[in-house]
Amino acid sequence: MIKVIFFAALREQLGSAGTEINADSATTVAEVKVALGEKNNNWQHYLTNNSLLCAVNHQMVNSDFSVKAGDEVAFFPPVTGG
Amino acid sequence: MTSLNNKYPEISIQTEDFDHGVEVNLLENNNVEDGAVVTFSGRVRNNNLGLTVKGLFLEHYPDMTEKLLAEIIQTAKKRWDIGRVKIIHRIGQLAIGEQIVFVGVTSKHRQDAFAANEFIMDFLKVSAPFWKKELTELGETWLAAKASDKEKAQAWSK
Repeated sequence: MIKVIFFAALREQLGSAGTEINADSATTVAEVKVALGEKNNNWQHYLTNNSLLCAVNHQMVNSDFSVKAGDEVAFFPPVTGG
Repeated sequence: MTSLNNKYPEISIQTEDFDHGVEVNLLENNNVEDGAVVTFSGRVRNNNLGLTVKGLFLEHYPDMTEKLLAEIIQTAKKRWDIGRVKIIHRIGQLAIGEQIVFVGVTSKHRQDAFAANEFIMDFLKVSAPFWKKELTELGETWLAAKASDKEKAQAWSK
């Protein structure tokens, strides 16, 4: 399984703090988004937002980054701390 | 250069408030190598984009936040001759006037401490996974990232 988590505005838009997807259903971050959209049609719109950022195992990555079973994939809006 | 020991970690993400004076003492105690101490603290202000702000809620990505801030500190230490560094960032519900963030840097001379402090804040702003939700007279809104903050961080690589 791949653990997927959401933060801030995205978490509220999706109505979920996270989920899991089968590791066979995605080999890249872009494919994780597709798998999530298939899992829940209402999510697709929010997950295709271009400004969305992604981290795999706490490291910022691009959408072509490879994912595997056991990874933690996080999606979130641009950060606004400080 | 004397680093803060394990009892006083360089990074603290916390819900509770901090004492500015205590933090300055921790940067200065038993640190006679460094003549310069530069601190920055950010507070919740009562206005933003023409609206009255009533409070802020701060969320973060545990584990990744600490990792990102540690990377920023390491980069700053490579770039400038600095001694001690402390970053405190609060999370949770914050009222107007409350402290949000503290960055303290010591160095032998002021230039390194000024520059490193600003560098740390600039990169914290654009790369550390914190998100602010603002409560105004119009309700709750997640703040949008500012292009000016991104430009400010990018300017360090020029």
